[in-house]
Amino acid sequence: MTFAFFNATFFDQAVLGITPILLAALAGTLSERVGLFNIALEGQMLVGAFAAIAGSHFGGTLQAGVLAAITAGALFSGLLAVGSALLRGNDIVIGISLNLLAAGLTSFLLRTLFGVSGTYSDSAMSGLPRLTVPGVASLPLVGPALGHQNALVYLSWGLVAIIAVFLTRTPWGLRLRGIGEQPAAAVALGANATVYRFLVTLIGGALCGLAGLQLSLGSLTLFSENMTAGRGWIAVAAVMLGRARPLYVAAACVLFGLSDALGLRLQGEGLPNQLTDSAPYIVTLAALVIAGLRQRRFAGPVS
Amino acid sequence: MTVASGVRARLRRPIAALVPVASALVVGFGVCGLIALWVGLSPSVMFDQLIRGAVEGPQFFETVARAVPLVGMTLAAAIPLRAGIVNLGADGQLALGGCAAAIVALYLPAPDGMRLAMALGAGMFVGAAYAALAAAGEIYAGVPLLLSTWLLTYPAKGLCGYLVRTPLRDPTTAWPSTARIAVGARLGHLLPGTPVNQGFLLIGVVAIAVIFIDRRTSVGFELRLRGLNERFARYGGVALHRQTLGVMVASGAIAGLVGAIMVLGSQFRYTDGALTAPQYSWSGTLAALLAGGEPLGSVIAAVLFAALQTGGFAMERSVEIPRVLTMVLQSIVILFLAMRGAIWKRS
Repeated sequence: MTFAFFNATFFDQAVLGITPILLAALAGTLSERVGLFNIALEGQMLVGAFAAIAGSHFGGTLQAGVLAAITAGALFSGLLAVGSALLRGNDIVIGISLNLLAAGLTSFLLRTLFGVSGTYSDSAMSGLPRLTVPGVASLPLVGPALGHQNALVYLSWGLVAIIAVFLTRTPWGLRLRGIGEQPAAAVALGANATVYRFLVTLIGGALCGLAGLQLSLGSLTLFSENMTAGRGWIAVAAVMLGRARPLYVAAACVLFGLSDALGLRLQGEGLPNQLTDSAPYIVTLAALVIAGLRQRRFAGPVS
Repeated sequence: MTVASGVRARLRRPIAALVPVASALVVGFGVCGLIALWVGLSPSVMFDQLIRGAVEGPQFFETVARAVPLVGMTLAAAIPLRAGIVNLGADGQLALGGCAAAIVALYLPAPDGMRLAMALGAGMFVGAAYAALAAAGEIYAGVPLLLSTWLLTYPAKGLCGYLVRTPLRDPTTAWPSTARIAVGARLGHLLPGTPVNQGFLLIGVVAIAVIFIDRRTSVGFELRLRGLNERFARYGGVALHRQTLGVMVASGAIAGLVGAIMVLGSQFRYTDGALTAPQYSWSGTLAALLAGGEPLGSVIAAVLFAALQTGGFAMERSVEIPRVLTMVLQSIVILFLAMRGAIWKRS
C-alpha cells in the first residue's frame, strides 16, 4: 500500500490543488507588499469562477469564459480598490462584506441566469485543455503532474518568477514595496501611493479571477455555490507564512496543495470524506501555529 | 451647559450616527431594485412582497422566531467586534454546539428538565471551548483570529457531518441526522400556535446581560476602550490576552447556545448542515458591523435583518425572486458603509 500510496494521480491532484491557491496567494502577496490587507481573495475567486462558466455559456467559447473571469475578478476587486485605496475605508470590513457579497451574488445569478441552485454543470462546455511538455510528461510518477497540465498551471509558476523579479529587481517593484513599508517616505520620493494601491488591487482581482477560472473550468466544467471552500483564506495564510515573499509563498502553497491531495487520497483508502476534507485546513492551521511558535522563540515573548 | 442643550447633544450623536446607516440602506435597496429590473422583475412588486412577507399577519411571528437565533449570532459577532476583534468562526461553534446539545438530549440518562439544562449547557461549553482554541492560537502562536476562526469552521462542520452520518445516524430518515429528541428534553412553545419557542427568553436574557455589561461594568468599559484604541488600552492596564480569551469564550458560548436552541427548540434533531443553512452567522456578522458592535444597535439591526430574511422567503414563494437577494442587500449595505469609512477607522 505504501508504495502505491503516492501514485501519479496523487501528484496530479496536488498540482491541481496548488494552482488556484497559488494564483490567489500571488494577488495577496502584491497587496501585502503595497500595504493593503486583502482578505477578499475568496470572494474575488468565487466571482471569477462564476464568470468563467457564465462567459463560456453565453459567449459560446472558452476564450469568452477566460476573458469573463479576468474581467469580473478585476471589476469586483474595483470595489476594494475604491473603498480601500481611494476612500481609505477599513480593508478588513470591506473584505468581509465583499466575500459575503460574492457568495450572495453568485448564488443569486446562478438561480436567475441558469435556473438552478447548488451546482450548474455542462459537460458539453470545453474546459482548459491540457498541454503536454515533451520529455517532462514521460517522467515516472510525477510526469503527468508536471508535464501534462493546462496553460494556467504553467502560467501560475511563471508568475511566481515574474512577480519575484518585479518586486526585487525593478524600480516599480521598489516603489511598490516602499509604499507598503514607509508610505510617507515613498510619497516624498514621488511615488503615487493611491495609483499603486489601486492598480495592485485590480491586478490582484484579475489573478483571483484566473484562480476561479482554474476551479470552474480547470478540470471539470461546473460551478457550485461557495466552490472556493476557503481556498482564498488558505491563500491569505500562505501569504502570512511566506511573509509576502513570492518564492516562500509558493512553497507554502505547495504544502497546502499536497495536503489537499493527501485528503483525497485518504478518502480513496476508505476514510469518511467529511473528515478527510478537513485536511487542508488543519494542515494550514498547524503550519501557522508552528511558524508562529518558532518566530516567538527567536523574537522572545511579545508584550 | 443647560439641561436642554445637554439633551440635544445626547440626541444628536445617535441621529448623526444614523444618517450614514440610512443612506446605506437606501443604496442597498436601490441596487437590489436595479438587479431586479435587470433580471426582468418589477422592483415595486418585489419590495411590496418583501415587506408584507416580513410583518403581515402570521408572518410577524415568523420574523420573531427567526430573530431569536439571528440576534444570538449577532451578539456572538458584536462582542468581539466591540474590542476590534473579528470572530468569523461562529458557524463552526454553532454546529458543534447544536451537535453537542443533541447528543446530551438524546443519550444523557437524567430526568427531563435536567437533561434539557445539561444539553443547553453542553452547547454553550462546546461552542466556547472551540472559540477558545482560536484565542489560544493567537495568544500563544500569533495566529490571527480573523484567519484561524474561519479556517476552524471547516473541521467543525466536517466532524459534525461525520458524526451524524456514521455513529449517530438515525437510519429511519433520509437525511444524515440524529434520532428525534424526546418531548421532555425540548424547549417548549412560548406563544401557542406560533413558531416562537422558549429560546426567545434565553436569548432575551443574554441580550440584556450583554447590553448591561457593555454599558455599566468595567469589563464593558475595557472592551470599548480596546475597540477605540488598543495601544491606549494596553497602556491603561487592560490585560489584552485575558480579554481576547474572555471575548472569544463569550462569543463561542452564545453561538453554541444558539445551536442548542435551534436543535432543542425547533428542529428536535441535529441534521447535517441544517443549522448553518439559514446563514445566521453571515447575517449576524453584518448586523453587528452595521452597529459597529454596539449591542443594542446590533440587536435592532439583527431584528431588521430577520425581517428581511423572512420577507425573502415570502418574496421567493410569490414572485419567484431568489431570497438570496436579501443576502446581497445586507452585504451591499455594509460594503457601502465600510467604503465610506463609517465602520472602523483604519488602524
